[in-house]
Amino acid sequence: MAATALKEQLNGLVNSMFAEGLLDEQFQQLQMLQDGSNPGFVAEVVTLFCEDSERILTELTKLMDQALVDYSKVDAYVHQLKGSSSSVGAQNVKLACIQFRQFCEENNKEGCVRALNVVKHEYYRLRSKFETMLQLESRIQAYENKQQN
Amino acid sequence: MAVVATETQYRVLAVDDNLLDRKLIERLLKTSSYQVTTVDSGSKALQFLGLQDDQSNSPPVSSDQHVINLVITDYCMPEMTGYDLLKRIKESSSLKDIPVVIMSSENVPSRINRCLEEGAEEFFLKPVQLSDMKRLKPHILKGKYKEQQQQEVLQNNNNTSSNNNSNKRKAMDDETSREMTRPRLTSSLTVL
Repeated sequence: MAATALKEQLNGLVNSMFAEGLLDEQFQQLQMLQDGSNPGFVAEVVTLFCEDSERILTELTKLMDQALVDYSKVDAYVHQLKGSSSSVGAQNVKLACIQFRQFCEENNKEGCVRALNVVKHEYYRLRSKFETMLQLESRIQAYENKQQN
Repeated sequence: MAVVATETQYRVLAVDDNLLDRKLIERLLKTSSYQVTTVDSGSKALQFLGLQDDQSNSPPVSSDQHVINLVITDYCMPEMTGYDLLKRIKESSSLKDIPVVIMSSENVPSRINRCLEEGAEEFFLKPVQLSDMKRLKPHILKGKYKEQQQQEVLQNNNNTSSNNNSNKRKAMDDETSREMTRPRLTSSLTVL
């Protein structure tokens, strides 16, 4: 059955994300909160996370481009991103944010520039897998809706 | 379709400036059968709680007539922190008995102690888990009990102010009302 194959693919993807450290147990908590009455919860949270992250990364890029960097503003944004990534279970992004905050504290411009690049790299890596995940989820949902009707 | 509530529905006010965290706490609370209202700042929380007149002795009723049984708030928020919000609530005669729980992504012992000393019931480390939700009910029930006690004291004061046998009646009223409340509290607990 096509839906079963899709489900296997989805499980495989999510498991590999756990194995690679892209996701941690917090993501499992989110999965637990998704049920029949809230079938789109994970998709909603993931989408919110991506929108929020991209907004923050844009601001961070602007701030780091300044001749004189305002480290308290930078830190505030990184703190937000660390919070969101922690809430969604985005482990690698969260860890990269923790590193970034260290450099902020030291007012280390070079360190911050490098750290921002690491955060971006981890975020985009995660985002592409999230996109595949959501596509698979909606295809599975479509099959299940068809069966009910 | 008629719905019969077999259990009391408690309402929680969740305060967090992060949209994602608001979504999450809302789902956690709803999954645990709470009614939820979310706001994105301390000042909006105070507005919602109807904090205008500190002399008011009525129960905490929000603008749309809902009673708030617990406030759960993030610590790190711009302008008004969770600690500031906690202080305002505890300093208000109408709101001080509402249990307040603080959430934070940072495990800072001095911060935690400061909040507990100011009257926070508990401190949750973020990300908040489904299992943390179980820790809320005892605080809500304690808050309700305090509220009931306060209501009865007020009723007694109103009764005694216009009666000669005031002292006798007050003592009797206190006794009977306490007998009435104890069984109620126990039965609420057994519902747990």
